[in-house]
Amino acid sequence: MRHRELGLTDAEYALIVEKLGREPGGVELAMFSLMWSEHCAYKHSKKLLRRLPTEGPHVLLGPGENAGVVDVGGGMAVAFKVESHNHPSAVEPFQGAATGVGGILRDVFAVGARPIAVLDSLRFGEPATSERSRFLLERAVAGIGHYGNSIGVATVGGEIYFESSYEQNCLINAMCLGLAPRDRLIRSAAAGPGNVLVLIGALTGRDGIGGASVLASAELGEGDDAKRPSVQIGDPFAEKKLLECSLELLDRKLLVSLQDLGAAGLTSSSAEMASKGEVGLDIDVGHVPLREPGMESFEIMISESQERMLCVVEPAQLEQVLAVCERWETLATPIGEVTAGPYLRVLRDGAVEAEIPVPALVDDCPLYDLEPAPPAQPLYESPPALLSGGETQRELLLALLASANIASRRPVFEQYDCIVQSRTVRRPEEADAAVLALADGAIAVSIDGNGRRVAGDPRRGAAEAVYECAANLACVGAEPLGLTNCLNFGNPEKPHVAWQLTEAVEGLAQACEALGVPVVGGNVSLYNEAPTGPIFPTPVVGMVGRLPDPAGAAPLGFVRAGDAIAIVGTFAPALACSELAKLRGQAPAGPLPPLDADAARATHAAVREAVRSGALASAHDIAEGGLLVALAESCLAGGLGATIALPSAGADADLFGEAPGRAFIVSGPEDALRAALPDAIVIGRVGGEALELSAAEVHVQAALSELRAARDGGLVKFA
Amino acid sequence: MKFGIVRFPGSCDDVDALLAAERVGDATMLWHADRDLHGVDAVIVPGGFSYGDYLRAGAIARFAPVMEEVAEFARTGSLVLGICNGFQVLCEAGLLPGALLPNVSLRFVCRQVDLDVERAGTPFTRACEPDRPLSIPVKHTTGRYYAPEPDLDALEAAGQVLLRYAPGQNPNGSARDIAGVCNRAGNVFGLMPHPEHAVDPLTGSADGLSIFESMRAQVGDRIPA
Repeated sequence: MRHRELGLTDAEYALIVEKLGREPGGVELAMFSLMWSEHCAYKHSKKLLRRLPTEGPHVLLGPGENAGVVDVGGGMAVAFKVESHNHPSAVEPFQGAATGVGGILRDVFAVGARPIAVLDSLRFGEPATSERSRFLLERAVAGIGHYGNSIGVATVGGEIYFESSYEQNCLINAMCLGLAPRDRLIRSAAAGPGNVLVLIGALTGRDGIGGASVLASAELGEGDDAKRPSVQIGDPFAEKKLLECSLELLDRKLLVSLQDLGAAGLTSSSAEMASKGEVGLDIDVGHVPLREPGMESFEIMISESQERMLCVVEPAQLEQVLAVCERWETLATPIGEVTAGPYLRVLRDGAVEAEIPVPALVDDCPLYDLEPAPPAQPLYESPPALLSGGETQRELLLALLASANIASRRPVFEQYDCIVQSRTVRRPEEADAAVLALADGAIAVSIDGNGRRVAGDPRRGAAEAVYECAANLACVGAEPLGLTNCLNFGNPEKPHVAWQLTEAVEGLAQACEALGVPVVGGNVSLYNEAPTGPIFPTPVVGMVGRLPDPAGAAPLGFVRAGDAIAIVGTFAPALACSELAKLRGQAPAGPLPPLDADAARATHAAVREAVRSGALASAHDIAEGGLLVALAESCLAGGLGATIALPSAGADADLFGEAPGRAFIVSGPEDALRAALPDAIVIGRVGGEALELSAAEVHVQAALSELRAARDGGLVKFA
Repeated sequence: MKFGIVRFPGSCDDVDALLAAERVGDATMLWHADRDLHGVDAVIVPGGFSYGDYLRAGAIARFAPVMEEVAEFARTGSLVLGICNGFQVLCEAGLLPGALLPNVSLRFVCRQVDLDVERAGTPFTRACEPDRPLSIPVKHTTGRYYAPEPDLDALEAAGQVLLRYAPGQNPNGSARDIAGVCNRAGNVFGLMPHPEHAVDPLTGSADGLSIFESMRAQVGDRIPA
């Protein structure tokens, strides 16, 4: 049964026959198998995703377009989206990660925005014990750098976590931001019967045949080496020319619509364009320029060759379009035309090879209800205990700073160009969010998602990712405009994964509503599962905000000796799912500390305003590793020590407990700080060459040099 | 005073160079396929990955039609600045001595570094303060300056080494910590660090401006306003 090999169920096949009124031909079946795959049809997640709020005062384009777009004022718009490239990267990390970046860049310039920044969210197994994870880390980072650096888009931020649940299924999520004058924005809907369909960019080859169904919609297992031909090969130089060419075409108003070719290649891009425009399309695959001879029609229609775009052009503009493309040394070929509909027809040398009603391809894929059930017993094994239990708090601090999840990311981010295009005001590890200057004001961006916490408490853990992003933005004085998310989960057909997914989406939705931040787009990556079990449920949130003055963005490091240090916000941390709990060998288990939405929102607003007013010298949210790690990070980033007197017992939970997104460490002149943040609790003072903390029952002291050695040495040995 | 910035397919820091040059004078883009420098007073070959850096960094760009004009422009004594990929292109074109090899780490490195101004007072460094290091970022995979030892001795003797990485800050294993060299005549200069990314304290440093200011002053001497 050929349809089963292509990933379709018998019931789905029967539905295809019903919709067509006949058995599908070979080309048609290949097209259906991709369009009805999880990757393209979201058949296990679409109903859930309707729960997410998508409207807000700044939203110009919401979910459904190539990227979401928000208004940043001054006639300018920012497009952004995060997308996964997990399965290809697990098979071939360099090209998988590189083409993940290439794909998300195309999504952004497909709406008419010039890509200005990339962020990456990466997950691997434990580097200390897994050679495979060290290999994946090294090659994925190299792949991201290869593409982003070569194309001239700054990689300004990101995050990396190492957990054994990602051993087989690494996660490579890439987020891109683009900037556009509002009047250059373009949609993907095809329009105007008689208009010409033009394919721009690289030749079409056999790479990535069936990537969407083969790789992205099934679990990884034995024999994955044989899937390597399904991984696409990236060429950033071709994409750079394609990018400049596309933007020039749009600046000259030569296009009716524009769409990138990603998963499922021509099939998906043409079907989406036709569906959105409620028109039909005729494509003659005989006109598609090929990289190798003898390609079958179905191969041409589903090839995932990179660096290609599809556009609709009025016949009168065709000559100019081809001339612009030639100037950029970019191939452009008319391959078909817009029809009144409703069919997507594939022709070759005059013969019709496929004729499918567009709604059948795009809208009629069955959507499945999940059957969620909380797991009867813990899903994840306890990690090996790396601490014996007898450590002093000073030793715990140094162990946390040296842990792979908290150590300095410098060995990674130094491999990325973070400054090209001259907008980067806050570079990695300088502030809690990256800050990019615009002609008028600035934008800030942050990406977050701690899977371990979601594993322990899916609803609160997912909500925390939203709160933490918003907290990161508050630290630089930015107000959220919108967010994008990537939901990385296991097999949704399994009840406990369905439960994780359902709970996490509910947590995201509640957090978005509470903070008033709409979801403008995103991506779902399911079936991240190995024979040993699912990955930690990992919703990754990327949030974009606006601030009036880039120079006012607070750094995370202390700035002046003598400044007061204060805690702002409701701070009641717990050790559940914390980094310390992991090092002690505890499996993730909830519940996480409660989230008081009103309190968090008020705290974020207070910190944001205090930063904007200039009352604060630094601001840093208290996240992984808890209070003492946050203090150490502020010390190291500023090269200044601190003396702290904590008004608590100083138990492990006080110093290392976690409750991200709710509280901040800020510093500044004491009078100004107290005036700007009356509820802040002053706990100490900046100065000296050591971090020194006293509480009712404890005293912790560590020299800056010791802190630095621990933090700088944690990742460099693996990266 | 007008700068011309060469734009190859794959140039990435071309706009940055244009914006930096515009802080001290006028600036315009020069298209790679165009055999015309449009009357500019100085040329900047910018950073990036011209022609994808395929074959070898700078190896294809040096054959671009515009480079014939740049070479002629240099022969007449006009100022040519190559930054990063531009430095690689100028070495490939034979306008500068030596070559750029892959970093010792074999990795891309993006880092703010301090540069010692070996010689102030040249056409490219006359606005630099002697004995004051410049804080300028590097970002490259192929930036290890190399020349045979006797050639290095000759370069040093002729005063062609203008910039060195400050002690302990050599990011790529360059011979003798060399960050930037000029030709024998002193009118062509290449460096791996990116002065165009150090023109505003808001984005990290303004120390790179002195390179562009030096060029403006030099051109101003040659061409009375």
